[in-house]
Amino acid sequence: MLSIKNIHAAIEGKQILNGINLEIKPGEVHAIMGPNGSGKSTLALVLAGREEYEITQGMVTFSGKDLLEMSPEDRAREGLFIAFQYPVEIPGVSTTNFIKTAVNEKRKYHGQEALDAVAFLKLMKEKMALVNMDQSLLSRSINEGFSGGEKKRNEIFQMAMLEPKLAILDETDSGLDIDALRVVAKGVNELRHKDRAILIITHYQRLLDYLQPDFVHVLYNGRIVRSGGKELALELEEKGYDFIKDEIGLTAGVQAGIN
Amino acid sequence: MKEELNTLEQTVLNDYKYGFVTDIDTDIVPKGINETLIRLIWAKKNEPDWMLDWRLKAYTQWQKMEEPKWPNVTYPAINYQDIIYYAAPKQKGQLKGLDELDPELRRTFEKLGISLDEQKRLSGVAVDVVMDSVSVATSFKKQLSEIGVIFCSMSEAIQQHPELVKKYLGSVVPMTDNYFAALNAAVFTDGSFCFIPKSVRCPMELSTYFRINAENSGQFERTLIIAEDDSYVSYLEGCTAPMRDENQLHAAVVELVALSKAEIKYSTVQNWYPGDKEGHGGIYNFVTKRGICIGEHSKISWTQVETGSAITWKYPSVILKGDGSIGEFYSIALTNNHQQADTGTKMIHLGKNTKSRIVSKGISAGYSNNSYRGLVRAGKGATNARNYSQCDSLLLGDKCGANTFPYIEVKNTTAVVEHEATTSKIGEDQLFYCKQRGIDTETAVALIVNGFAKEVMNQLPMEFAVEAQKLLAINLEGSVG
Ligand SMILES: Nc1ncnc2c1ncn2[C@@H]1O[C@H](COP(=O)(O)OP(=O)(O)OP(=O)(O)O)[C@@H](O)[C@H]1O
Ligand SMILES: [Mg+2]
Repeated sequence: MLSIKNIHAAIEGKQILNGINLEIKPGEVHAIMGPNGSGKSTLALVLAGREEYEITQGMVTFSGKDLLEMSPEDRAREGLFIAFQYPVEIPGVSTTNFIKTAVNEKRKYHGQEALDAVAFLKLMKEKMALVNMDQSLLSRSINEGFSGGEKKRNEIFQMAMLEPKLAILDETDSGLDIDALRVVAKGVNELRHKDRAILIITHYQRLLDYLQPDFVHVLYNGRIVRSGGKELALELEEKGYDFIKDEIGLTAGVQAGIN
Repeated sequence: MKEELNTLEQTVLNDYKYGFVTDIDTDIVPKGINETLIRLIWAKKNEPDWMLDWRLKAYTQWQKMEEPKWPNVTYPAINYQDIIYYAAPKQKGQLKGLDELDPELRRTFEKLGISLDEQKRLSGVAVDVVMDSVSVATSFKKQLSEIGVIFCSMSEAIQQHPELVKKYLGSVVPMTDNYFAALNAAVFTDGSFCFIPKSVRCPMELSTYFRINAENSGQFERTLIIAEDDSYVSYLEGCTAPMRDENQLHAAVVELVALSKAEIKYSTVQNWYPGDKEGHGGIYNFVTKRGICIGEHSKISWTQVETGSAITWKYPSVILKGDGSIGEFYSIALTNNHQQADTGTKMIHLGKNTKSRIVSKGISAGYSNNSYRGLVRAGKGATNARNYSQCDSLLLGDKCGANTFPYIEVKNTTAVVEHEATTSKIGEDQLFYCKQRGIDTETAVALIVNGFAKEVMNQLPMEFAVEAQKLLAINLEGSVG
């Protein structure tokens, strides 16, 4: 579904991603962990098509198409969804109207007719129940004045509404209370499907306990330096990133020696 | 990389659909302003003597006045001797009916979306069309006159209804009110006149479409609307001009008079040529609009959608003289590229229990500068006066500016004045968020702007609202790529 090959990316002349390789197949759940500033959000934004990042090397295919050639909106319409670490506020646009536009833009792209008011309302009701979304948030300007947790929940709600092929959740668990975390996990689990993949960026074990990822990767200095099963997350939780840093220090040294 | 892809700052060719020039024989007077010119205009219009006195008095006053410097706009000095003050499309004598209108003029207005064909008008909008210095046609005049409504050009009103004109002309905006009003009083050439008699609810929307066509000319028109006791009228105004590299001056005066329990609703969609994206050319729109609620429980409501003009300087105001009268001002002012707008309103509460409401939505994009300037005054006698003002600014990108200058003067302790203001910014982050949800830039901007402007749009008559919404989108195209 998603194939990332040797991606290098820079912003304002600063190299952030230094050769990322990652394969994600339909039905899989992957987790990416890594210290602050290692490039996790950058990877998500590069995949989403944020223009400020310069891709200096590498390629990405998504459902057989060259992802990097597509506009950000087309990537979304093709089924890529990012639950942002910092969802932005858009004054004057109600959450309902925003999501309705998003849903219908995607339908238009796939040659489907726009949902009428009744069908849309029905879909909303169904997905609201899924993530315990508070009705009153829907008539407010999107994310404006939402609490941190409400913003995150709204991201998951949008994900549920848009039914993406690949969802990238960037620290959706940060800032959530225990109940909200459970709700988000439930929402994500409901979305699990053999044709769908999920990539979770997180610092904590809690969400992974609920979601049981198939793979865990460690990102460090813009590179995936370790990959493993879900037990890798437990190991990180226990030991911190130092043991990995030590390992890479060693590896880097060896590589330097070879070169 | 960042620079070339910053979509909010990306510029595309300015797409002003109304920028064409009509090739028509025009009667033009030499450039410049002096007493001879004023006599010439007076003679051309075949006006009574009192009009000449009035014009000359205004001219004398104007010469002693100075161009206002307080607006938050900058432009090179205007050379008033370099303007053509009278330019009129040549027509064969007095038209007996609309079907005698020059086909070229008819085509021009059809191209602008204004049909003069009465049969074809479904929506029941009567229209007076003004090209350069003169009114060239007015539709539905006959039908309206049957119920006592007078709707005609200002020139015709001066001829046919001198007693009304004499009574009300300059009664709301005195000739010495300000520099541009004085200039207008001296040289105005035409405009629209509406009179709604007692207890008549005008059955159709009345409208004037202003078009500047001739080069180097200025447009100076006056509109006067009088609503007698218990009457109602909704009036619309639209305007466009060709694309030219030189600036052109438009200095109009609009006066509204609402008698006891009368209501006047005045809507404007202003789309004068704004200049190109570097800021060359465009109309200087320096306009004085004011209404007076003379009678008790009368109401005047201004709604404006200002998207055009290089510079807009205008403050549609209401003098609330009658007890229990109501004044409203709903405004959307959009500036893009290098446009500048300094616009707002004045609500002057004189009578008891008078109410006013101000809703101003400023949208700035590109390198533009958008200021709201408003005055709410409650006089000594304005017991229990109420005002509510809300001024919201939306900034698209980070090179544009928005300012709010609210002035409040309250001389009666029972008066209550409320003012709220917000500023929101739409930047790359918001646009990217939309794109990540499959919403492209254009749709995103339309979504944001329409959401922002909704409260004012809702005040416009249906037909106009659709048009105005399209205009907002078109005028922002340059800012969002
Ligand atoms: N616009 C920018 N200009 C300069 N540096 C940037 C910019 N955006 C990101 N960076 C840098 O890129 C690096 C990676 O940032 P990124 O947000 O991807 O980290 P992260 O792994 O998501 O961290 P966290 O766990 O704190 O969310 C950081 O050092 C950050 O400062
Ligand atoms: Mg991050």
